Amino acid sequence: MPVNPEAVGRQYGPSEVYEVTRVKIREFADAVDARSFAHRDVAAARAEGYDDLVAPSTFAVVIAQRAEFHVVVDPEVGVDFSKVVHADERFTHHRPIVAGDEITTTIHIDKITQRAGISMVTTRAELADAEGDPVTTVLSTLAVREDA
Amino acid sequence: MSDENLPSFDALEVGAVVAEREVAFTRDTLVRYAGASGDFNPIHYNDVMAESVGLPGVIAHGMLTMGAAASVVEEWAGPGNVADFQTRFTRPIPVPNPGVATVVVTAKVGALDEELRTARIDVVVDFDGVKVLGKAQAIVPCA
Repeated sequence: MPVNPEAVGRQYGPSEVYEVTRVKIREFADAVDARSFAHRDVAAARAEGYDDLVAPSTFAVVIAQRAEFHVVVDPEVGVDFSKVVHADERFTHHRPIVAGDEITTTIHIDKITQRAGISMVTTRAELADAEGDPVTTVLSTLAVREDA
Repeated sequence: MSDENLPSFDALEVGAVVAEREVAFTRDTLVRYAGASGDFNPIHYNDVMAESVGLPGVIAHGMLTMGAAASVVEEWAGPGNVADFQTRFTRPIPVPNPGVATVVVTAKVGALDEELRTARIDVVVDFDGVKVLGKAQAIVPCA
């Protein structure tokens, strides 16, 4: 079943709260070879002007991808996950993510284009903190092959 | 952003390389990233699954490549100072077993915005002479 272009404008969430922990920031920093002590040591993070450990630049994907999963499993959208390739990604930080943040995410399907047997599905994840203030916007495009 | 550690705007020149690093991907690196990110797509650890969808074998997560590239920029910009980072994923990086796939990440000043005092940092990730990311650009506020 092909991707349904009428799914544009669909919205999912706000998600349950994602609690940003020091342990997860350290683990992610190790995984992407982010070397600053501000990702690992609270005193080092405070010396850089943060209240707690600061997350590496692409950490928001941990939170966004969980929320984007709603799009992939929505039968009304029709994405076959076995035919998906990640086409592009963009993070726009309204402020850095730090340990202790409680993030809720709302997903929007911004765009679906279809050409030459490939559907491009662009989602926008809006991450907000406990006060409802914007933290990060994550744009992500999946390319879905429509062959049989 | 933390103002204390921003790069100095006046010291920057368009075209200058601000950071460069070799990054080595192994199966271990991929499994570690899968666990840290929660992305357990089997094409990143299972050769049979990867080949069944037409890949030459297990490939690195695009987001691992992007994350490693961001780390190179962030090490120069200061922690938490990459305000925006975007890329397209243009080529997969097959990761052998056993063995290692080594990429070279180069970050250059692409443009300077006098008014906003921001630098656009253009990032190239080279794997065996081929660029694996397209239009990889970071925006870094400067002091």
